[in-house]
Amino acid sequence: MAAVNILATRPQALRLPGHWLIGGLAGALCGIVLLAVGIGAVAITPAQSLSILAELIGLDVGVPFTEQQQAVLLTIRLPRVLFGALVGAGLAMAGAAMQGVFRNPLADPGIIGVSSGAALAAVLCIRTNGWLFGKAGGMLAVYQLPIAAFLGGSLVAFIVYRLARREGTLSVGLLLLAGIALAMLAEALRGALIFAATDDQLRSVTFWSLGSLGAASWVNLSMVAALVLPAMMWLGRLARPLDALLLGEAEARHLGFDVTTVTRLAMLAATLIVGATVAFAGIIGFIGLVAPHLIRLAAGPSHRTLLPGAALLGACLVVLADLLARTVVSPAEMPLGVVTASLGAPCFLWLLLQERGFRS
Amino acid sequence: MMLEARQIGVIRGGKVLLDNVSLTLLPGHVTALLGPNGAGKSTLLKVLTGDVTPTYGAVYLDGRPLEGWSLVDRARRRAVVPQESSLAFPFTAFEVVLLGRAPHVALRETPRDVAIAQQAMARTRVDHLAARAYPSLSGGERQRVQFSRALAQIWEALPDGSARWLLLDEPTASLDLAHQYKAMAVVRQLAKEGVGVVVVVHDLNLAAYVADEIVLLDRGRITAEGRPEDVLTAERIRAVFGLDVIVTPHPHHGRPCVVPLYANGE
Repeated sequence: MAAVNILATRPQALRLPGHWLIGGLAGALCGIVLLAVGIGAVAITPAQSLSILAELIGLDVGVPFTEQQQAVLLTIRLPRVLFGALVGAGLAMAGAAMQGVFRNPLADPGIIGVSSGAALAAVLCIRTNGWLFGKAGGMLAVYQLPIAAFLGGSLVAFIVYRLARREGTLSVGLLLLAGIALAMLAEALRGALIFAATDDQLRSVTFWSLGSLGAASWVNLSMVAALVLPAMMWLGRLARPLDALLLGEAEARHLGFDVTTVTRLAMLAATLIVGATVAFAGIIGFIGLVAPHLIRLAAGPSHRTLLPGAALLGACLVVLADLLARTVVSPAEMPLGVVTASLGAPCFLWLLLQERGFRS
Repeated sequence: MMLEARQIGVIRGGKVLLDNVSLTLLPGHVTALLGPNGAGKSTLLKVLTGDVTPTYGAVYLDGRPLEGWSLVDRARRRAVVPQESSLAFPFTAFEVVLLGRAPHVALRETPRDVAIAQQAMARTRVDHLAARAYPSLSGGERQRVQFSRALAQIWEALPDGSARWLLLDEPTASLDLAHQYKAMAVVRQLAKEGVGVVVVVHDLNLAAYVADEIVLLDRGRITAEGRPEDVLTAERIRAVFGLDVIVTPHPHHGRPCVVPLYANGE
């Protein structure tokens, strides 16, 4: 734990009050969303965006806009930005919850093997050209990749969970190790599949594994939301037991919390969130690790602020990163995972060095 | 109202850690578990807290098996101070103590819970550490904060009048001499208020000072139990700990005072 404590120790806790932070982040998210829906090949001012939205509920604000702007906003930009916000919020909240369950600020939402399992299933799907569901036709054929990825991720998480369960109790240590082992196994299988792939398949695999919000549409958004939003609400209710769990498993039990149930619920919620987001947006690294950490630095480790705060910050970060991804090399798109990692890693390092400065 | 261990046996990996141990604890009494390293003190305490499930035998709280109580009901009447507690996340000391109120909190802590946490910190003299980050505290300070958290947990008598319990696993291990005795003085006061206390300690003099009852364990069995002056005799200490000692009444309070001579074989 010594290495981990570098991240954690300031002699005197300097804190931003939780409700200020949440309020500020909510405001920032609204601003960022308004900005992001306006930038692109067709420019839309924030006032025009608001006016277009107001018209939806029958209000005429008096700011003129073109039909093209309306179409771009409502059918392309808005679902994409909202999709980004949802993915970011879900990943960050799942990351915060997994860090709490494992009592380790370096845990990642995919720590129980969800992303690796999803990636393996996705590659399998691409390699077999949709053989799995192709014959079924219709919806199943269209959504074969997300369905396969979601099932693959859930399956690996379930195996990890079963391995770590003994006589009705869950061993967090075993959970961590089984997660790492199964993730490595899935990576190896994925490697073997990629090794024998054609160039076209390779390109799909690479794009998928670097993450993209290109699949955003109202239909996909509502499917992801149907899985992610309930799981997020579920996690929100675990704030107090997760706080107690930080003291230790035995300590949490002595405070009246059923550690095994809390761990199981948090795992299930994280699996739903990561499975659903990875299925539609590929693997977007760093958000689930860095957003909770930043909130902890600003407002302390209490999950009552951490969970909603990380969700809002994660949403802001992914919307901003996607804005960069689709504008910097326009009309092409940079993979989203490349943007999040290349901007996130230096910021994170800088913060860690700042923290170390506080200590010495 | 009592906390009972009935014929407890704990066998782990073929090794007998506790062998047919029975113990009855009463509210308002301080019971010290003593014994050499590996005697089974901490195991017995963990059986009483429910952390270790005995191979045979069972623990009864107010006549009902421990498993029959919900975790919250247990937590409302019984607090546990761990041997040591590390924390990778920077909670403040005050937040750690406030977590002690968790079993009594419905949705979020009320001003009353905050006031109790503050009083608990004052009582163990850690109020000046309230805003400090827990990971930055020294070992002794952490232990006092954990003690304070346990106090906050069982601060008030229960509405149904059932007994409160405090179980401490070597709470004084990293405390300096003065803080050891100050902590034990708080333990004595709590017993006076009706709390049943079980404490694992190493220091025989500290045990003699704080305990109404001493339970002496050796190789998984109880070899003696009773009042400090009856249990702590020079012959018994030589037999159990392998150390020659002189036991004299303490000049001030008259309880036994153990002075080591030298280790056997030197």
